[in-house]
Amino acid sequence: MTQQSNGVLLSVKDLVVSYGAIRALHGISFEVGEGEVVTLIGANGAGKSTTLNAVSGLVRPSGGEIRFLGRRIDGKPGHAIVRLGLTQVPEGRRPFLGMTVRENLQLGAFNRPKSEISETMDRVFKSFPRLKERLGQTAGTLSGGELQMLAMARGLMARPRLMMLDEPSMGLSPILVQEIFSIISEINRQGTSILLVEQNAYMALRVAHRVYVLETGEVVLSGTAAELRESPRVKSAYLGE
Amino acid sequence: MTGTRRRLSPGWLALIVTVLAYAALQTLMSTKVINPYWQQVAGLAGIMAVSALGLNLVYGYTGQFSLGHAAFYGIGAYASALVTRSLGPSIWTLLLGIAAGAVIAGLVAFLIGLPILRLRSDYLAIATLGFGIIMKVLFDNSDAVIPMMGGSAGMTGIARLTNFAWVFVFALGATVVLRNLVFSSVGRALVSVREDELAAEAVGINTTKYKTLGFTLGCMYAGVAGALYAHLYAYLNPFNFDFLKSIDVLLVVVLGGLGSISGTLVAAVAWTFLLEGLRVALPASIQDWRMVIYPLVMVVFMIFRPGGLFSGTEFGFLKPRSARRRT
Repeated sequence: MTQQSNGVLLSVKDLVVSYGAIRALHGISFEVGEGEVVTLIGANGAGKSTTLNAVSGLVRPSGGEIRFLGRRIDGKPGHAIVRLGLTQVPEGRRPFLGMTVRENLQLGAFNRPKSEISETMDRVFKSFPRLKERLGQTAGTLSGGELQMLAMARGLMARPRLMMLDEPSMGLSPILVQEIFSIISEINRQGTSILLVEQNAYMALRVAHRVYVLETGEVVLSGTAAELRESPRVKSAYLGE
Repeated sequence: MTGTRRRLSPGWLALIVTVLAYAALQTLMSTKVINPYWQQVAGLAGIMAVSALGLNLVYGYTGQFSLGHAAFYGIGAYASALVTRSLGPSIWTLLLGIAAGAVIAGLVAFLIGLPILRLRSDYLAIATLGFGIIMKVLFDNSDAVIPMMGGSAGMTGIARLTNFAWVFVFALGATVVLRNLVFSSVGRALVSVREDELAAEAVGINTTKYKTLGFTLGCMYAGVAGALYAHLYAYLNPFNFDFLKSIDVLLVVVLGGLGSISGTLVAAVAWTFLLEGLRVALPASIQDWRMVIYPLVMVVFMIFRPGGLFSGTEFGFLKPRSARRRT
């Protein structure tokens, strides 16, 4: 396990996000190191998706700072952040339903040189062989699990250093959830760092190296996955033990 | 799903057919088998095609609902007419006028696009509608600033420099340019904005840039169409650029099918000829029924073919060899 995080990829300090008068995040701080899988867990409305959306530039933070590879990225537009090597697989997958699988993947590599697209696609198919069979199909004809795979594959097409996943397990059967999570570990082993937001704390704790627990817009607990699995608070609130 | 893949070069075949069709039409026109009235209708059909291709780029491909298309059409018409009237009528001033119409329409679209393209669907529709009404008022009162534009009485003295041949060439060019655009990676980016703006931003597409690009280019098409119209009809009245005219173009785009070049071309021609055809086909006593028949066509169409004639597909010869796209 590549646990020792020598380089910090993403560092978030005192991040505040408000939607109008409502404050969704009250100044949270966390880090993702090179090669890590980091998970944010928490209940509905804890601010998990807001955090990801702020990091990826889809939501404008009202305070704090976000650095990726040492550079400030808060306030930058989403597309510019993708170009730096930070991709988000959005909540609800959001594939381009009217387009074919191939077109979805090509769009994922929108900012990459055209010459490398087919090579990246071959690499992505190693993790998602099923998508290769579906290349010419419209995304609208895929099943829920396949759509999640497509969304992740599309994210990987940008060759990110860090990929953020928002609730990849949502709406999938237990077997599919296991499959998706083993692919996430696989992607991480191949060198992509992962920031994961999950309600399925059980699975999240299994794949993550480090975990932050979010409650009503604040980090209330953090540590290695092994530590948190033993924490009474996590056990009772998130693992149902 | 369309299964067959064409091996011949359908593009070349289509070009040959187009040239032959044009030659046939031109012969019929010069021998007066097609009389000047129908020649003008054919010209208007081609102009409608150019304008509607532009709106299809804005709405059908990029997903930005605009009700102000006729305003850009009007801007192109007046701008080009001012050029040919001030510089004197010739082929060169006509070309300059068309270019001016396209550029000015595009420039205005770019400038108003920046603030209003942040809006989504119905909000954008209202904003573009508002812009269209403002332009109509400006045309109505234009004589206060430039007397030559004639204000609400209309602009006269425009040389009839366009004919069917000009319109045909421009419609062909507009089709080829749009076709090459939408099947490029830029085209994919435009469609991704329509499909899901947030997801497009998440894969690294500058959605503001592409929305503005689609809108500006589409409105330039309207400008070109307006310029051709000014020199075919030789008279401009602000009445022809009000929002009902925008709806006309919208109808053609929707009836043809959003995101389909083939559909827009077929619908533009069919629609123009249907309207004029009814005028001839119906006996004088029931002429008023024209205004009932054509809305009925719309209602029936939307019930039975909501995706339009082509539902996002294309004629084989318009498709690139590799991508069989469905939308």
